[in-house]
Amino acid sequence: MNLVVNGQDYHDIPEGISVKGLLAHLELPEKKIAVERNLEIVSKSTFETTLLSEGDRLEIIHFIGGG
Amino acid sequence: MPFQDKLVVAGRVFESRLIIGTGKYETYQENADALVASGADMVTVAVRRVNLTNPNEPMLVDFIDPKDYTYLPNTAGCFTGEDAVRTLRLAREAGGWDLVKLEVLSDPKHLYPDMEETMRAAKLLIDDGFEVMVYCTDDPVFARKLEDMGCAAIMPLGAPIGSGLGIQNPLNIQFIVEQTSVPVIVDAGVGTASDAALAMELGCDGVLMNTAIAAAHDPVCMAVAMKHAVIAGREAFLAGRMERKQYAVPSSPLAKDGLIG
Repeated sequence: MNLVVNGQDYHDIPEGISVKGLLAHLELPEKKIAVERNLEIVSKSTFETTLLSEGDRLEIIHFIGGG
Repeated sequence: MPFQDKLVVAGRVFESRLIIGTGKYETYQENADALVASGADMVTVAVRRVNLTNPNEPMLVDFIDPKDYTYLPNTAGCFTGEDAVRTLRLAREAGGWDLVKLEVLSDPKHLYPDMEETMRAAKLLIDDGFEVMVYCTDDPVFARKLEDMGCAAIMPLGAPIGSGLGIQNPLNIQFIVEQTSVPVIVDAGVGTASDAALAMELGCDGVLMNTAIAAAHDPVCMAVAMKHAVIAGREAFLAGRMERKQYAVPSSPLAKDGLIG
């Protein structure tokens, strides 16, 4: 299925993948990031149970240096 | 006594009155070294998209452990209240903190805070359970309004962000200090140690700086200087400076007649 992650199109994502699954697919460290799905925050405790749908828009963020 | 004098923001106690930023360093390692040298226990951090093309690139948390230091997520780069709220909700999820730095900017040339949007965003954040440390102009009227709204700290600029010009309007900073019950922290504009000392001598509760340390030729050495400056300024404030006088007053008794009178 198709997803938009951080503004980039992804076309080869398995149907019904969870947020946890997507993070593993992208090789991102779960503990250090936060996820927003269609402008709603996905709590870390629900990464495993939140299943993604066609066309979902995700933002995956982390902390960087800043003033 | 000065050595028992701690910074308290929203019920949290901090050993240091110096808060440092984590931007503009050559490397995260240099940043971590400067942080240790500064003695600060709170750092500002920004929130951005992860780099999907290189998921293994070094992350800030690998160098500055959020268990050892209080991360103060900021909203730098946000130009509307909604952007700021969205950013800090994500930051809270990433790190679990509700103590945040609100910064809603306007014109990139001077990076002055947009106070109308700042006020609106502060209200949204406070209603959402955040403890808001708010970057603001050095206008005592806005400072009062932000305090009345429930902000956890008032953080007026000393000079434009990254300018290093020092405190441009000490009178306004003093007005804000006098009228404010929550901590007042000068945020932005510090260029060197004497600027930080002046902020503290004016009675501020703390100083927040990034570029002054990060852009020094030797950031670690400047971090040490800033640590001393903040302590010196605070202790001078607590000591109560002498009265300013128009003319000289001799330190040794003046002799009446001849050398030993």
